[in-house]
Amino acid sequence: MVECLVGAFVGLALSSPFATLWPRSSPQTEELLGTDGEVGRYGGRLVVAERTEPKTLNPVMALDDVTLEVVRRMTADLIHINRQTQRTEPALAKAWKVSRDARRYTLELRHGVRFSDGHPFTARDVLFSFRVYLDEKVHAPQRDLLIVGGKPIQIEQVDPYTLQFELAQPYAAAERIFDSVAILPEHRLEKAYQEGKISAAWGLQTSPDQIAGLGPFRLKEYVPGQRLALERNPYYWKVDRKGNQLPYLDEIDFLFVANQDAQAMRFEAGETDVVSGLNAENFAVLEDQQQHRGYRLYDVGPGLEYDFLFFNLNDLGSGAPAEAVGKQRWFRELKFRQAVSAAIDRSAIVRLVYRSHGTALWSHVTPGNKLWVDSSLPKPDCSHARARSLLEAAGFHWDSKGILIDSDGKPVEFSVITNAGNAARTQIATIVQSDLAELGMQVQVVRLESRSLLDRVFTSHDYEACVLGLVSGDADPNPEMNVWLSNGSMHLWNLVERQPEWPWEAEIDHLMRQQATTLNLAERKRLYDRVQLLVGENLPLICIVSPNVLVGGKSDLGNFNPTVLGDYVLWNADQLFFRHDQGFKNK
Amino acid sequence: MAKSARLLRTLVLLSAIHILVLGAGFFGPYDPDVQDRELPFAPPTRLHWVDARGRFHFRPFVCPYVALTGRFGVYKADLRQTFPVHFFVRSAERRPPGVLHSRWHLFGTDDEARIFLLGTDEYGRDQFSRLLYGGQVSLLAALVAAGVSVGLGLLLGSVAGFCGGLIDGISMRLTELFLALPWLYLLLALRAFLPLQTPPRMSVFLFIMLVGVMGWAWPARLVRGVVLTAKERNYVLAARGFGASDAYLLRRHVVPQTFGVAVTQAGLLIPRYILAEVALSYFGLGVGEPLPSLGNMLAEIQPHNLTSSHWWMLLPGVALIPVLAGYYSLADALHERGGLVQV
Repeated sequence: MVECLVGAFVGLALSSPFATLWPRSSPQTEELLGTDGEVGRYGGRLVVAERTEPKTLNPVMALDDVTLEVVRRMTADLIHINRQTQRTEPALAKAWKVSRDARRYTLELRHGVRFSDGHPFTARDVLFSFRVYLDEKVHAPQRDLLIVGGKPIQIEQVDPYTLQFELAQPYAAAERIFDSVAILPEHRLEKAYQEGKISAAWGLQTSPDQIAGLGPFRLKEYVPGQRLALERNPYYWKVDRKGNQLPYLDEIDFLFVANQDAQAMRFEAGETDVVSGLNAENFAVLEDQQQHRGYRLYDVGPGLEYDFLFFNLNDLGSGAPAEAVGKQRWFRELKFRQAVSAAIDRSAIVRLVYRSHGTALWSHVTPGNKLWVDSSLPKPDCSHARARSLLEAAGFHWDSKGILIDSDGKPVEFSVITNAGNAARTQIATIVQSDLAELGMQVQVVRLESRSLLDRVFTSHDYEACVLGLVSGDADPNPEMNVWLSNGSMHLWNLVERQPEWPWEAEIDHLMRQQATTLNLAERKRLYDRVQLLVGENLPLICIVSPNVLVGGKSDLGNFNPTVLGDYVLWNADQLFFRHDQGFKNK
Repeated sequence: MAKSARLLRTLVLLSAIHILVLGAGFFGPYDPDVQDRELPFAPPTRLHWVDARGRFHFRPFVCPYVALTGRFGVYKADLRQTFPVHFFVRSAERRPPGVLHSRWHLFGTDDEARIFLLGTDEYGRDQFSRLLYGGQVSLLAALVAAGVSVGLGLLLGSVAGFCGGLIDGISMRLTELFLALPWLYLLLALRAFLPLQTPPRMSVFLFIMLVGVMGWAWPARLVRGVVLTAKERNYVLAARGFGASDAYLLRRHVVPQTFGVAVTQAGLLIPRYILAEVALSYFGLGVGEPLPSLGNMLAEIQPHNLTSSHWWMLLPGVALIPVLAGYYSLADALHERGGLVQV
């Protein structure tokens, strides 16, 4: 808790010959952020395939990974986590001071920055943004992250370029809160906010001149079902080492290619320039070809994604059908979940689904998160014998045909929903189905389209079990808060509850809140280790496996540095460039 | 005579296929849902008659495949170990999800080895057994669905043709509507609308009902055409003159005329429905795992690189060819013969 002054990067006034190329007025009053990457050349269009269309262009409501990947190219935050170093660095805030008790952060904003429509950026936009995010009626997913010690962050404007953030309690990773909290343009969204319609604002059909942001790109056009094009933001506030304004790329095109295999095919054919989220089969095939085809593949190592099976533990309400209530009785029985976990053959899943480009998991923190993973957690092998004894202890028995029957005489059968577009999860579900069939359970695998799946899990709670994966936004435990808190918006297995239902849930709530305000790293680790242990023992999520991050990019692409932290290939889209002229790209 | 010979040949071929498929439990050495996780994507097992020392054996034998370390899905046959192929093998009691299952198998090998005539899929399941069991599901479902379609078409077509007037008009407009609709998209939309969480057997039943009910239009029109001519025939008019009721006329004189057309139509519909099941499975709306069907076996080869590195996964598609050809040939033969049959 020492008063510290974080040194800012020196802002360079742009005085290079490139100044005349971009429509900017009074460049001398701008304070720009210099970057460290290789100096590149201007031009080119980056083509990226996404598995689905983004759901919205509104940073307030962006939740799923595709929407975030698109929206984050158009927005900027105050303090940013560098995906490669995993440390915070200045962004829109050029410097900040922390008070002695670590409760007050004073941020100095950059001067002379403009939104992508030319409107100046000031502290008012920051105030407006945080007001929107913290407003309970808006239901922004980021709200949970901005509540420290049970109270929302307080913001005060000191002068037009200085802001003070007041926390109710000292917060360990306070700087990291600001990452990806996109600053909204007050002049564009104030009206919608006053009318209470901000969550519906900036849908996909919004015309480009309505949208303004501080990111390296801005919306150019959206053709439904085909592509979403972003163009360079001429007012972007970052420069390279030589003082050239970023980004280098003229345009980023997002194509919608629903199938992972189709994405790999297009990358192989050279139609897209980067590919991420490769599955192991495509990685193997592309790897063989990489010498001849002008691209390179990278196995970046275990990521932060964890794939798991979970059961619907939501309170179904009084109107629920008896069959659903009966099934939920099995899911709520701890020994049942433990038996399911004991029966799953994790090593086979790593081998068959991920071709050994993955790691088995028994709790939610992956080995890719070296700082926070608790390596001392028990890692029991797959054991059907143990599963059977657990089921017997829970009151189940088997009939003459080997089918598992519960204490009421009903055969155990349930369905597992998973994402139709994600072949790996379907394979995991199929292997789990086969493992549970050995125990006498009848499991059906139902593949659903992604939006329909999310609707069932988050809105209608009309499902029995689900295989899903989560990617933590950051190595730090705090972004996971809304997964583990009982009233969190990502508390997947029980979204209905507001209060913890079981003692271990209450303990996890308490531990997560406590580690958020503890400043001592060793103490935080101890608390978070206990959370991992509780998750591993009580299995709200039966964690199964973590895939390695497998990506590819054209050899011609400069500054291509894939990382394990989210936005694997596009995190530094403002620094990507093509070494050679792309020529005609017919699209 | 040539026509009869052709019909006979076709029937023999189709019967052979159906016997093979119904006897999946006997002809296939393994259960379709057994996963051999050490051997994903194993290539078809080679049968050897000559051993390493050059001696000829009457009984063929197999050599086990061993995965090359570090490489996924690449195997080498271990020629030092040989396991003879046995015939009429008895296996342990299981509950495979099929129409008929048996403990006796036509051929098999010792427990330590495996005989995969058509290789394995990504979970190490024997493709040959899955093909046979899958054929059971696909062929049976297509047969029953065709029966439903033709039955519905017979009923509605004969009523429409016989009654004429408003009923005929409405029915024929309905058939035009059904024929105009793009059947594949309608099928997908309807299937997605129904509950998705159905056990595999229920999904087969849903498929049958959906496809069967949607396909009534063309048989109905053909049947109506036959009925229109048939009801004007002399003996029908004579019977009516003698006081026969409509129902009697339909049952005794008119509908039997339509059987030729109906059967031919069924012969044409069955291949179409087999392909409908393949199409639905491609979109994940067909028969659920782990129940195999020709459709979901072909859906597994969606990853494009599979067919180049694991060519045996295409064989279910190749196996479809004699089935479809057989049915089309049957429909042709019946058309030549049966269309002119007088009862």
